[in-house]
Amino acid sequence: MSEMTTSHKAASASAVSVIARDTLLTAVVALVLAVPFIGLKSDSVGTALTLVTRWPLMLAMVGAVAAGRVLVSLWRLRSAAKAQRATAHTAAGDAKASLAAWGNSHMKAIGFAGFALAVVLPFLPFSNRYVVDIGTTFLIYVMLGWGLNIVVGLAGLLDLGYVAFYAVGAYTYALISTQAGWSFWVCLPLAGTFAAMFGLMLGFPVLRLRGDYLAIVTLGFGEIIRVILMNWVDFTKGPDGVSGIPRPSFFGAPFSRSAPEGVTTFSDLLGIEYSSMHRVVFLYFLILALAAITNLFTLRMRKLPTGRAWEALREDEIACRSLGINPTNVKLSAFALGAMFAGFAGAFFATRQGFVSPESFTFMESAIILAIVVLGGMGSQLGVVLAAFALVVLPEWFREFEQYRMFLFGAAMVAIMVVKPTGVMGHREPTIRLHPVGKSKKPEAAR
Amino acid sequence: MSAATMIQTADDALLDVEHLTMRFGGLLAIDDLSFTARVHEITSIIGPNGAGKTTVFNCLTGFYKPTVGRLRLCHPDKGEYYLERMEGFRIAQVADVGRTFQNIRLFPKMTVLENLIIAQHNRLMKASVFALAGLLGLARYRVAEKAAVEKAKFWLDRVNLTARADWEAGNLPYGDQRRLEIARAMCIAPCLLCLDEPAAGLNPRESLELNELLLSIRDEQGIGILLIEHDMSVVMGISDHIVVLDHGRKISDGDPAFVRNDPTVIRAYLGEAEDGEGADA
Ligand SMILES: Nc1ncnc2c1ncn2[C@@H]1O[C@H](COP(=O)(O)OP(=O)(O)O)[C@@H](O)[C@H]1O
Ligand SMILES: [Mg+2]
Repeated sequence: MSEMTTSHKAASASAVSVIARDTLLTAVVALVLAVPFIGLKSDSVGTALTLVTRWPLMLAMVGAVAAGRVLVSLWRLRSAAKAQRATAHTAAGDAKASLAAWGNSHMKAIGFAGFALAVVLPFLPFSNRYVVDIGTTFLIYVMLGWGLNIVVGLAGLLDLGYVAFYAVGAYTYALISTQAGWSFWVCLPLAGTFAAMFGLMLGFPVLRLRGDYLAIVTLGFGEIIRVILMNWVDFTKGPDGVSGIPRPSFFGAPFSRSAPEGVTTFSDLLGIEYSSMHRVVFLYFLILALAAITNLFTLRMRKLPTGRAWEALREDEIACRSLGINPTNVKLSAFALGAMFAGFAGAFFATRQGFVSPESFTFMESAIILAIVVLGGMGSQLGVVLAAFALVVLPEWFREFEQYRMFLFGAAMVAIMVVKPTGVMGHREPTIRLHPVGKSKKPEAAR
Repeated sequence: MSAATMIQTADDALLDVEHLTMRFGGLLAIDDLSFTARVHEITSIIGPNGAGKTTVFNCLTGFYKPTVGRLRLCHPDKGEYYLERMEGFRIAQVADVGRTFQNIRLFPKMTVLENLIIAQHNRLMKASVFALAGLLGLARYRVAEKAAVEKAKFWLDRVNLTARADWEAGNLPYGDQRRLEIARAMCIAPCLLCLDEPAAGLNPRESLELNELLLSIRDEQGIGILLIEHDMSVVMGISDHIVVLDHGRKISDGDPAFVRNDPTVIRAYLGEAEDGEGADA
């Protein structure tokens, strides 16, 4: 008995010393960083530049960092103890129902509920123009997340330049519609096709690259496209952007109060009073449909040889080759199809804004889309929705904290990677089962 | 070497390795190696660590381009292929050469069944007409997928993994992973199966089961097996033909009885192996 308490005491004493050491180290690093970043601040008084010191603020910040480190250590300690207890009786560990496990077993229901909610959203009592607008932005990011999920989540190809394909889609519609006057519905497939071709263009040179090297080249590709859009002034109008992009019509019926001779407006077509909301709601449903198609396509693709080969490539390229799978085709199809959906989303973006410029396609956009995929849990469709909500809708709600947006963004990333490195919904559902879930014996069911 | 005279370039040859040489910079990993493997036979390649056994497999399956040499595969149904001229994945896709790896290479996050289905990728890809028939849910694809599942089931049963078919492959015990990798290689319907130390890390009971599995594959599937193995009891027990390598050179070639009594082998190899066996027992 006494022996046990002493060993317990010794263990906790060593834990305390480890925590103290980690905390001290963290505080020292924070202090070194905080002196130039927070402690000293240059201020211009009139024309002179003076140095202002902010020691109290700096110390408070360092204290906060140290406290955070203590919390993380304690949390680690607790989860390690928990893991130990879980292995002690595995049955309890298996039965532990995480959010991901629950989500996966009810995936269909959650999907339908989410879709139903999205469909009725514009008609809910609290829905105004603002809500529907945010919903549209949200769905654009969900669609982009789903598209990138093919490349990063399924095929495991780290792509930091995804926004380039979004830009290609947007400019395809912007330029063709303003120059040639083609309608949105003709340009939409064209935008997807062009973006897919750019996907192949990126795919060929990076066939032999993986991981970090691939990330760097795709990052460069994204920048190249942006710089071209910026500097090829004759063709793209450069930094001024393309304006006067036609808005979409309801299969020929424009959303306007009055129409030229021989054309029926949307409100006349339905015999209802004109409202500027019609177009907003129509755009909302358009992106909802596009996003839904992206999702259905990916879900279906996962269960087909191409999709399975994407995942196999992510797992082990050498094994793929030994099974006679051509890695070139697998990679190129992932790049091309992922890019295609970005192209569709880009065309939608252009018609929604009526204006595109290179500024909309910076690296920041790629980073946000990638963050959505990674935070959501690579490969998880529901995870993308949750992460897009957290990264796109929440900042919109908390506009007062605008200046902290990037900070919260980073904090959320770090928190997720500490708590759940595989992402919010980091659990993979098999594409095919031999034993139906309900009937299989316990160990498999709990997995 | 007297053993060199043992080579027969008979008509029933499945694989003819001629003057294979592989050089890595200054290192001669394989030095003018020639041997023949036949259908319905287990041909073992043995030799101490670093002798160049895995390198032979990597040349055969297109992961390395041989510096010199000819690798002629006489496919029983399709005709002749010169493997040294073929791109890596086409050796498995067209010439039907399957292999496993010394360090198991499964798709760890995917299930056991999925691992076996992916091995049938090319056939399913054809049936799905580049995913189109699959996307539309045409019967043509559904039939093909069903056949693929049946084939997977057959091999699951053979390697005793039916109950664990929906497990993540990475969560299987080590011995199960080894057998799954063999089943996966069999799912590409190979005419030549190359196994790189399949018994490594297995306990004696698992090792015995593996022997039976390999013998039954040889007898029922009518294919040739190329086996790299350290465990002498496995090698002597099931091989029809043994090639002994040392420092990249072939020092002996013949049936187990011949190799066991070859003085060169006893001097260069079995002397060490006997110590190893003593330690094992
Ligand atoms: N890719 C490579 N580059 C350089 N040397 C290699 C390479 N692959 C194998 N070797 C060398 O070739 C020799 C034979 O290796 P290997 O075929 O793995 O031996 P083993 O008979 O143990 O399977 C070793 O000396 C190894 O270091
Ligand atoms: Mg080896």
